[in-house]
Amino acid sequence: MTDTSIEKKGKYYERFDAYSRFLHVLVITSFILLAITGMIIKFSGSGVFQTLSNMMGGYAVTGFIHRFAAIVTFIYFGLHIGYLIRKIKKKNSKFTSLLHGENSLVPNKKDLTELIATMKWFVGKGPRPQYGRWTYWEKFDYWAVFWGIAVIGSSGLILWFPEFFTGLGLPGSFINIATIIHSDEALLAVGFIFTYHFFNTHFRPDKFPMDTVIFTGKVHIDELKEDRPREYEIIMQDPELQKKLGDAPPVFLRRAARIFGFTALTTGVILIILIIYSMIFLYQ
Amino acid sequence: MKKYIPLLFTSIILLSSVNAQSKDDLVCLDCHGDKTFTTTRNGKKVSLFVNGKSFAGSVHEEISCTSCHSDVDPNNLPHSEKLSKVVCATCHETPALHYDRSLHAQAFKKGLSLAPTCISCHTKHEILSSKNPKSRTYVMNIPALCGQCHKEGTPVSGLVNPEERKVLSDYSESIHGEGLFKRGLIVTAVCTSCHTSHDILPHTNPASTINRNNITKTCTQCHRQIEQVHQKVIRGALWEKEPNKIPVCIDCHAPHKVRKVFYDDSFPDDKCMKCHGQKDLTKVINGKAVSLYVDLAQFKKSAHTNNSCIKCHTNISNSKNPVCLNSGKVDCSICHTTQVDDYNISLHGQKHAAGDKTAPYCSDCHTTHNVQSKKDISSPTFARNVPELCGKCHREGKNIATALDESKLGIVANYRESIHGKGLLQSGLMVTATCVNCHSSHRELPKKDPRSTINPNNIAATCAQCHLGVYEDFKNSIHSPNISKTDKKLPVCNDCHLSHEINRVDLSDFKTSIINQCGKCHKEVTETYFDTFHGKVSKLGSFRAARCSDCHGAHNILPVENPASKLSRGKIVETCKKCHPNSNKKFVGYLTHATHHNREKYPYLFYTFWFMVILLTGTFAFFGIHTLLWFPRALKENRRHKELEKKVQEENATKKIAEEYNRED
Repeated sequence: MTDTSIEKKGKYYERFDAYSRFLHVLVITSFILLAITGMIIKFSGSGVFQTLSNMMGGYAVTGFIHRFAAIVTFIYFGLHIGYLIRKIKKKNSKFTSLLHGENSLVPNKKDLTELIATMKWFVGKGPRPQYGRWTYWEKFDYWAVFWGIAVIGSSGLILWFPEFFTGLGLPGSFINIATIIHSDEALLAVGFIFTYHFFNTHFRPDKFPMDTVIFTGKVHIDELKEDRPREYEIIMQDPELQKKLGDAPPVFLRRAARIFGFTALTTGVILIILIIYSMIFLYQ
Repeated sequence: MKKYIPLLFTSIILLSSVNAQSKDDLVCLDCHGDKTFTTTRNGKKVSLFVNGKSFAGSVHEEISCTSCHSDVDPNNLPHSEKLSKVVCATCHETPALHYDRSLHAQAFKKGLSLAPTCISCHTKHEILSSKNPKSRTYVMNIPALCGQCHKEGTPVSGLVNPEERKVLSDYSESIHGEGLFKRGLIVTAVCTSCHTSHDILPHTNPASTINRNNITKTCTQCHRQIEQVHQKVIRGALWEKEPNKIPVCIDCHAPHKVRKVFYDDSFPDDKCMKCHGQKDLTKVINGKAVSLYVDLAQFKKSAHTNNSCIKCHTNISNSKNPVCLNSGKVDCSICHTTQVDDYNISLHGQKHAAGDKTAPYCSDCHTTHNVQSKKDISSPTFARNVPELCGKCHREGKNIATALDESKLGIVANYRESIHGKGLLQSGLMVTATCVNCHSSHRELPKKDPRSTINPNNIAATCAQCHLGVYEDFKNSIHSPNISKTDKKLPVCNDCHLSHEINRVDLSDFKTSIINQCGKCHKEVTETYFDTFHGKVSKLGSFRAARCSDCHGAHNILPVENPASKLSRGKIVETCKKCHPNSNKKFVGYLTHATHHNREKYPYLFYTFWFMVILLTGTFAFFGIHTLLWFPRALKENRRHKELEKKVQEENATKKIAEEYNRED
């Protein structure tokens, strides 16, 4: 497994197409912006967040950024749905095709067995499961975003246009409820992404310090074999999928991925530290 | 006819008694009617003659000799040679009592031979009524009578102060004396009019009619309503109530020498300026030379330009040399009674009276001869100059400022930055409040004092001097003691608007701090306010977010139940519309002070919150365990991997060596 350029040729498998990668960049950017500007409001009593607010230009600017990022969120959500529809249409398959198969993100029985197997592996009572295209925690991440956008998005819209929604007949106290849901669900999302998602995907010892595949799109076939044996097997058996094998991503892309990725990771980690600090010292 | 019988009897009895008396008296006159009847006392020949005729004409003609000489028994004559002294007090109780405490009696008791007794003035047997022109005590004769002892050159005059030696001649030249002697006015004042007849006391005695405190009363016996003549100088009421506040008659009209001239003329300013116009005129006070120079030109420009020196420097007397010697501090209360009254009540006045040298006196603020009207732009008391004037002492680094508690530091600096200070110093508004508008000019007192204008109970009225409209609102608000009867402390103006740091209410500084002001009393609602969007955004420094006053009003705060309240059912939509133009009936149901910690009050919020808490802790707990288990496992795996890789490399290396070895073979 020596890293010579000859060996790299044709050895990289494209896990994510450009469109998905672009959407994930949108997700990352808007999510971090929402997280920062949202936590500023949530922890407005904390001096750290007050300073952060002032650094960003005050509550009016952070409020604008928050709403702007919210729009970006709704946009990528729409783009992703469109992406799914196009995918179905391209294959001329039914909607249900999204629900089954190796490529589906819908949890199934296999995920449950893998979860149990993983637990056994964790405690040393079994081998590492033969993970496929999507592990159960990746599926959880995916649906967390779906759930998050639905819950945080809808409650956020109520908070954004309270007069409109109450005009439709929503009681005023629902604005209060929306506040609690919006804020705590956001705390859940931020807390989850900046700790568990970061660990599961980037900080775990075999990937540390980060996995750039979401930005470069490509993973070395040996790494894939190690990480997702089942997917590797499927690729090896399917010549159609083998077309996705290619050369290593260009240097500039790898470098850009590292810079962007590290920026995002660092921002997230700092934010989570600030949140924990504020929760411990200011909301006793 | 019958009813006249008792009358007849009475008259007979009366007549017979008169007869009996005169009969006794005749017995006395048997001996004492003899002009040669004498006796020897202490080796001196003393006449014992009594002029029966004179006695018969005296006021005592109707009483017998024994009425006074009570130790003589007419039936047992000759009586003892040594009779006791006649006691006039038997009948003349009050005059005797007065005499008894008088200067005359005191001298007599000391055994001074010059001291007069009753008879010295009234004579013995030929006593006449004071209404009788022949009497020695008749008004026209009084000066002569008193003068017997008190005129110049008599032994008595040698005992008194030199300036009092000429009392009789001074008197006769005085307006009173002239009235008496030249115009024969028996209503004019004679010695006894001022000194009384019997109750003659030294002027130092507080009971004396010529005591400083009583002299006015004495003079006004005749000079009724004199205060009207003196109106420019004296406020009528003070004339009798607080004569110590004003110069008394004798301060201007020297006793015995009362002239019918205007006093100013007798002490013209030129006379003062002869000395005080000299620039090098000094006086040594506490070892320091103090200039006594008065710049007349400047004085002529002062507010007192029409006053003569003597009007203020009253304590001047011809008997002194110079006339103004030790005349003391000017008492401004002569004219400015109210102000000085206030000053005496004030902390400045109290401290000054207690001898505190740092406490200001009238002249410290108003200057002395240069005194200007507060309307004069150059006056230190002109509104724009007041902060500087008070700042002379009440500024950091000055003694008085450091003596005050530290929170009061920076008074002048803060005032300059305050809305009042900016109005005065930057916008040049003459109606803006300066120190004295709130603290009063002369009656400033610490706020703890219930009389103080800045006492919590009075501050609203003080501010209302200018902010009357606000006061009218406040008066009827829930914070007004008129409306809320409570033991708790109600807020007053400066609880929200700070005193010296008072700021524009539309600036963010004020808006940020107001929450803390309300929060001082309304702790819970303030805390919950900060749980809501409005509160959170204000904490980030927004002043556009609604604060207490934006919804509740500022001065006109009313309970929500009151239909006039901004938060009443009928008005709340309108109130929210100020910021939320599309506010509606449902929208105003937003709970602006909601908390998810109160299950009874806000069950929906409570349960939503706890649902979220469980969701969060559940998720975090699951993935927490997941990660904690994964981490060590992944580390182990990693290590194993690396070892494997090493092995493979080593194997490859041995293979290579073997291959090379084989090739060599």
